[in-house]
Amino acid sequence: MPGTQILKQTKKTIIIMGCGRVGGKLAAMLDAAGYRVTVLDLDAYSFRRLPPTFSGTALIGNGTDEDMLRKAGIESVDAFFALTQGDNRNVMAAQIAKHIFKVPRVICRIYDPLRKDIYEQLGLESISPTEVFADLLFNRLEKI
Amino acid sequence: MKALYIVIVGGGKIGYYLSKALLNQGHEVLIIEKEARICERLEDELGSCCMRGDGCETAVLTEAGLNRADVLIATTSHDEDNLVSCQVAKHRFKVPRTISLVNNPNNDSIFRKLGIDATISVTNTILEHVEQEIPAHPLIHLLTMSGKMEEIVELTVNKEAPAIGKSLGQLRLPPDTTIALLMRENEKPRIPDAETVFMENDRVVALTTLDSEKILERNLLG
Repeated sequence: MPGTQILKQTKKTIIIMGCGRVGGKLAAMLDAAGYRVTVLDLDAYSFRRLPPTFSGTALIGNGTDEDMLRKAGIESVDAFFALTQGDNRNVMAAQIAKHIFKVPRVICRIYDPLRKDIYEQLGLESISPTEVFADLLFNRLEKI
Repeated sequence: MKALYIVIVGGGKIGYYLSKALLNQGHEVLIIEKEARICERLEDELGSCCMRGDGCETAVLTEAGLNRADVLIATTSHDEDNLVSCQVAKHRFKVPRTISLVNNPNNDSIFRKLGIDATISVTNTILEHVEQEIPAHPLIHLLTMSGKMEEIVELTVNKEAPAIGKSLGQLRLPPDTTIALLMRENEKPRIPDAETVFMENDRVVALTTLDSEKILERNLLG
């Protein structure tokens, strides 16, 4: 896997909110690359997506709840990913991580491109999978 | 009185009673509600004042004429949706005042830090009332001024209070604290002056700050 050798000693810590397909996959990748990963999800069943080799922490809880984020160790974390199915949940958790807990790097998934633009203007690092995927398909078609 | 254009997100019970009251006061009100069934019911009762849609979406809010709205009130049972509605209103449409219901009391202060003008937490309100019902509670929070550190509190002079027999002038109060009202049994509530002497069971209402309330409580009640 690319990047497997990085940061084995320093052990950067990361919280991922939402253990869906993307969250679960990213957690597995970061874990294998030597990061200390905590995954948060409301549903314990979601953690089935984590590989048996996963050495991080899986926590059941709501990532938009300040107390829960504290429990997940957000006060000393290096990065936070908001990857649930809900744009608003992601936006809220990401803002709490960035503005209340001052997490150095916060990345937020926002499906709705218009909403993504607004929050990007407000300084939130956001990615719209809708935009990214539509772009990708469009570019493929251009090559036909 | 100037009539305001008020947009309410969420047609639940709070949204419904709120719009009814605001319409009665002569304001222009629009409710944004996701569910068609609820929309129909609201329109049946209140007239055409409901729009179906997601109150977080820019397109819906544009159609709702948010550009000219004076106030947006988010009343759904999901804090994250309320936050986003208010923030989109504020930053995309420059709505001067945004008010959000918060369900998780922790979000009260978080939302203010994230730029929402006013927040209302039902849980916190109930907690304050419970405080008021506990007779042993010496200091009761009546009101916190929005956005400021100032608050209005009520204190009851108990049997052992050092203030008994002393006049207001003799009490050492913090400089940012004012005793605004004295309530005594069988008397009309009045504004105390420097000569007013405190008695047991007096109730006083004071304007103070979060930092000074402890000093006030100690000097008055011990």
